[in-house]
Amino acid sequence: MGVSVTEQPLIELDGVEKVFDVRRKTGFLKRERRQVRAVDSLSFTVARGEMVGYIGPNGAGKSTTIKMLTGILTPSAGRLRVAGIDPSRERTRLAHRIGVVFGQRTTLWWDLPLIDSYRLMHRMYRIPDARYRENLDRCVELLELGDLLESPVRQLSLGQRMRGDIAAALLHDPEVLYLDEPTIGLDVISKAKVRGFLKELNAELGTTVLLTTHDLQDIEQLCSRVMVIDHGRLMYDGALAGLHEVGESERTLVVDLERELPPVDVAPARVVKVEGPRQWLAFPAGESAAALVARIAAEYPLADLSVREPDIEDVIARMYAGAVPGRSEKAVS
Amino acid sequence: MGERGTLLEGLRAFRLIAGMWIRSSMTYRTSFVVTMAGNLLMTGMDFVGILLMFSQVDSLGGWSLPEIAFLYGLSATAFGVADLVLGSMDVLGSRIRDGSFDTLLVRPVPVLAQIGADHFAVRRLGRITQGALVLGWALWSVEVDWDPVKVLLVPLMLVSGTVIFSAVFVAGAAFQIYAQDAAEVQNAFTYGGTTLLQYPPTVFGKDFVRGVTFVLPLAFVNWVPACHVLGRAYPLDLPGWAAFAPPLVALVCCALAGLAWRAGLGSYRSTGS
Repeated sequence: MGVSVTEQPLIELDGVEKVFDVRRKTGFLKRERRQVRAVDSLSFTVARGEMVGYIGPNGAGKSTTIKMLTGILTPSAGRLRVAGIDPSRERTRLAHRIGVVFGQRTTLWWDLPLIDSYRLMHRMYRIPDARYRENLDRCVELLELGDLLESPVRQLSLGQRMRGDIAAALLHDPEVLYLDEPTIGLDVISKAKVRGFLKELNAELGTTVLLTTHDLQDIEQLCSRVMVIDHGRLMYDGALAGLHEVGESERTLVVDLERELPPVDVAPARVVKVEGPRQWLAFPAGESAAALVARIAAEYPLADLSVREPDIEDVIARMYAGAVPGRSEKAVS
Repeated sequence: MGERGTLLEGLRAFRLIAGMWIRSSMTYRTSFVVTMAGNLLMTGMDFVGILLMFSQVDSLGGWSLPEIAFLYGLSATAFGVADLVLGSMDVLGSRIRDGSFDTLLVRPVPVLAQIGADHFAVRRLGRITQGALVLGWALWSVEVDWDPVKVLLVPLMLVSGTVIFSAVFVAGAAFQIYAQDAAEVQNAFTYGGTTLLQYPPTVFGKDFVRGVTFVLPLAFVNWVPACHVLGRAYPLDLPGWAAFAPPLVALVCCALAGLAWRAGLGSYRSTGS
């Protein structure tokens, strides 16, 4: 109609907080009360059609955020909107517009054939027949569920079950899909299937996806944007490449020398830990490991070695500590 | 969606979910048959215990066997219906602890209906059947000068009693959410409540009867109105109109339970992950 509409973000958080009262037993009938701030003045928006990775160490506040976005938990303070709805106030109305997959717990019916769980969704969400059939057919095809529909859920493997759960969350055409660790415990092939499907879902239907994970590959393959949360605060919000730059600056070289020796001195690596003949050396991620290894082998009696990529937890931990090591080292070539 | 819409939506969800549970239990046929038979036997034994007592004595607290059967039938039937609809509240505790309560909260139907239908089992019909049978026998054998008011009081008691028990279930569920797990506290009030109502108020101490009348108003499920039907003195010298108070008491209980449930859900903390 020619009316220009500035599109509202699908998800909006403004100064959202969640404080838990923790009661701890300190003796018989004696309790200590303590307040834990799980989420602290969190503000961000997610536009329609975005695919966002939400990462952080255990206990950082990822799940708490997801639970507030789905209406499971009520925020202690701040403003929160999903598709214009206040989740905790209108939880059941919001449920029609969101899909949720909890990686650690299934919504499928354990003892019944997989198709029965979908039929329940069909009726519970009052999905029009044509939409239901169309969505089910698409999910069955892309998630390769065809042979599993008549099997009881208890007989499915973890990967099959996860695919089944993802399909169950999508039958009612949700505008946004939350995935809480969707690839946890899956083998490589299952992970690839899940990722491929999510990518297609986002590209074809424009479904907004917010996923939490510990697997950096999930983010690398799926998300154009990543948010890092720690201690309930947003530490980083941007492209994955930027995260590498800010945090992932060091790899670790573990060397086993033939005997106990003083710390290896080979720039730009620096020894971070010594345990008998084994030493841990940190070096900038951009440096070649091969050159470094060659020099150590030339100068020290080397028995064995391995290179460790920095894992996501380390990256985040370093980000939180505000330390960006490796920058001031002088490069020696 | 108004209150009525929510109620209808809840009943529809209850039917859908209960159907899934019944089909699930059918996958283990032997277990299904054995628990069903065991349950009928257990609930049946309940009243047999009272019969055995009466084989030794002629009256209990001044009440005859048909009169006790009247109390028993009213309480057991009302409780049975409440238990059928909301009796899986003890599963709620484990759902809260293992975090699967979260998955119920993201569905577009009332949580209370989902909890009520949780682990629904056909055997829950056993309690109602047994209660209704005892009530039928009591109505047939008890000596009462029936008048229209007394006749009307019987269904009124059953409906109000069901609502009062349901309110206790819901309040207990709310407390479980708040306290993370307190199924046993809840059971004390629900299963404990129906057991004590199977005996006449005259066998209990006065302070206890006061508590069951004014604090947790279970006395209005059967004691007070049944005294009117049977032409007996009211417990605690309550006024004559008290026999007609059950619907009002039920309404108040409902409102309070509703508030408690909302507060409980608001205080839900979920689990760590």
